[in-house]
Amino acid sequence: MPEATLKVFRGKGDKGTFETYKVPIEDGMVILDAIHYIQQHYAPDLAVRWNCKAAKCGSCSAEVNGKPSLMCKSRMDKFSLDEEIIVEPIRTFPSIKDLVTDVSWNYEVNKKIPAFTPTDDGEWIIYQEDIERVQEFRKCIECFLCQDVCHVLRDHDRKDAFMGPRFLVRTAGLDMHPKDSLNRSKYLKEEGGIGFCNITKCCTEVCPEDIHITDNAIIPLKERVVDQFYDPVTMFLNKIMPNKNKKKLV
Amino acid sequence: MSQNQNYQTHEYDVLVIGAGGAGLRAAIEASAAGVSVALVCKSLLGKAHTVMAEGGIAAALANVDSQDNWKTHFCDTMLGGKMLNNWRMAQLHAQEAPQRVKELEHWGAVFDRTKDGKILQRAFGGHTYKRLCHVGDRTGLEMIRTLQDQGVHRGINVYMECTITKLIKDGERISGAFGYYREDGRYVLFKAKAVILATGGVGKSFSVTSNSWEYTGDGQALAYEAGADLIDMEFVQFHPTGMVWPPGVRGLLVTEGVRGEGGILRNKAGERFMFRYLPEGSKKDFAETDEEAAKWVDAAVSGQKTEARRPPELSTRDNVARSIYTEVKEGRGSEHGGVYLDISYQDPERVKKKLPSMYHQFKDLADVDITAQPMEVGPTMHYIMGGIRVNADTQESRVPGLFAAGEVSGGMHGANRLGGNSLSDLLVFGQLAGAGAASYAKGLTATPKVLDDQVQFAIAELEEPFEGDRNINPYDLQKELNHVMSTYVGIFREESDLSIGLSKLQELKQKAKLVCASSNKTYNPGWHLCMDLKHMLISSEAITRSALIRKESRGAHSRLDYPEINPELSKVNTSVYKQGNEMNVEQTPLPAMPDDLKELFKK
Repeated sequence: MPEATLKVFRGKGDKGTFETYKVPIEDGMVILDAIHYIQQHYAPDLAVRWNCKAAKCGSCSAEVNGKPSLMCKSRMDKFSLDEEIIVEPIRTFPSIKDLVTDVSWNYEVNKKIPAFTPTDDGEWIIYQEDIERVQEFRKCIECFLCQDVCHVLRDHDRKDAFMGPRFLVRTAGLDMHPKDSLNRSKYLKEEGGIGFCNITKCCTEVCPEDIHITDNAIIPLKERVVDQFYDPVTMFLNKIMPNKNKKKLV
Repeated sequence: MSQNQNYQTHEYDVLVIGAGGAGLRAAIEASAAGVSVALVCKSLLGKAHTVMAEGGIAAALANVDSQDNWKTHFCDTMLGGKMLNNWRMAQLHAQEAPQRVKELEHWGAVFDRTKDGKILQRAFGGHTYKRLCHVGDRTGLEMIRTLQDQGVHRGINVYMECTITKLIKDGERISGAFGYYREDGRYVLFKAKAVILATGGVGKSFSVTSNSWEYTGDGQALAYEAGADLIDMEFVQFHPTGMVWPPGVRGLLVTEGVRGEGGILRNKAGERFMFRYLPEGSKKDFAETDEEAAKWVDAAVSGQKTEARRPPELSTRDNVARSIYTEVKEGRGSEHGGVYLDISYQDPERVKKKLPSMYHQFKDLADVDITAQPMEVGPTMHYIMGGIRVNADTQESRVPGLFAAGEVSGGMHGANRLGGNSLSDLLVFGQLAGAGAASYAKGLTATPKVLDDQVQFAIAELEEPFEGDRNINPYDLQKELNHVMSTYVGIFREESDLSIGLSKLQELKQKAKLVCASSNKTYNPGWHLCMDLKHMLISSEAITRSALIRKESRGAHSRLDYPEINPELSKVNTSVYKQGNEMNVEQTPLPAMPDDLKELFKK
């Protein structure tokens, strides 16, 4: 049986090292299968997160040969047998052990987003064409690969000031819901740090759900913020007709 | 025993274990009732197995088929469950599901819509009408995300990556739970007036399963150890359509939505074999020819009404799974030991739109374009109908203060669950369990005590895998268990196999005393598996013993040595409970259905 060579990050943070493992290859095998093989045969304590193994839960995020990927979707036959496959944790978040990182910051950010606040509680008539965009955002499986690749978070470590693409997508999903009554522009500008994003689209490229994060979520949100706070005409209209038929600004 | 005080302590009115649909819904309800609530889960929040549910939530909203109502849903559920369901649970479920779905919508879930702007509903096996509210084929994700956001905004405290290994009791009453954090192996005690188990199923005991690693029968085992009884554990659902190739994804779910949208099952000769396997009693509800089935599909796709009856592929899951198994066994299977499921005759864009994750799953993992070629599918262990026996209205078990909701509880689905009834089950009974537990906690005059000897016992169990002369690799033991359950307690069963299975399980229990963990407690999956195995062995034994005692074939339980339904056994549940150190199994009377509900079946 042909064998692949994997170099897997073991340990914690700066003290970690790469260990080399040989894994026999089966048809259709993915990186996560190889990691499980290593667990079973060489290193029962190898730490890895996974759940569904079908790219639906977003647990098994890692960097495979430097590319942020879901391990359950990374086919082994993409790599040649004489190539070493390097598997390491997503680097934007603090290391816990091996392939597992501390992603709790994301959950803290999520809590602060002004919640879905419906306009009414009657029977809702909503047309499919009015929710296509929101449904795209709600495909997000929270793998945090977009957060991992975002240079504001990764290189500049501005977790203190920027919510990251995942939560811009989530906010867009709320703000564009036909029955939502809030306008989250103030929140996006002041707490979410939407101005930090300079639309390099790295997040869109790594999204395993093919969500057009930049084009469909972030840019329209940026436009709303600009209209709200920087467009003289809108600002004037807001002054003379405060809140008339408008969503509540938060 | 030396005293180990090295653990965290938290105190709550209600502790919910498991953060899938049922656990989240229960936590939300309890919190809304004004008690303090903690939610613990083995994975990160939002990753629970609910996320994998694809096809939809069954609720008689009558948005597409206006004739639908709770009574029809109730009858479908009971007939699908071969009348072994707890009638009251099936009634509550059918009555309350529409309300729970609308509530979910008002919490922000964005369902697919009908042309007139209502929640769209699709057909599924065993449902008389188009009843499944859905979001493409990612309904579970929509549900869990909506509940997750609702939960965090209510201020429920969530303890992620935390595994509970023991329930603590003060006399007969529940008083808390003990466990560890996966991250660093720290121990944690939750003092609680009430505990809700919402831990899901047992799939990881089988080799081919659609279930994730978390499904290790924790709740069933915790409840059993605490004195609750488990009912109908012999009823294990093999979903007819799992992926069969490539090996790494064997067992991965292929949603029933494919068949709901018109997917056709064929054997290697190209025969549409399901026509041959329709049970006599329900034949009249299904199309007789390809043409009639095609007419039904055309009407469903275009949202028109039709007199045509539904395709034979929409028979109940137990029947379709057995049929596929039989086709393969008799040599009419596909290249990799399954059968073909074909939706490629439909407009490719529509297939991609209605079944997006199936399209990607096959394209990315199997190099199969489902808009151009058939899928290969075969049965995969998917769900357990049996579980903790609960009071239908409060979800309380026979242990005071111990509640259960979702897959971990038993009774609702009888001998076979209909597709789509599981997501609605999570919402309906999650809500009832949350309300039941909150009201129980409020009614207690004194907080039950946590006795240190139980805590020390739990700690000792957790320390064991690192101690002494141990040499069994937990991963090897899990593989052995998978082999035993799939070989001797699979789709078709008989006395001799089940007996061998049971004696092999006894051997595995001995081996389990010698499983070992290496290195330390920091995020150590090998150690975690040592603990999970105890739960898997208890639930596996319960399944096997229950399967032995039910000497008939009913729903998902198929005995080669007793191929017929035995009407006498329509009147009993199988009950498993702990007596001393032994697992006791007996048959207990099924609650009798009131006459007004019986009337519904006469039409």
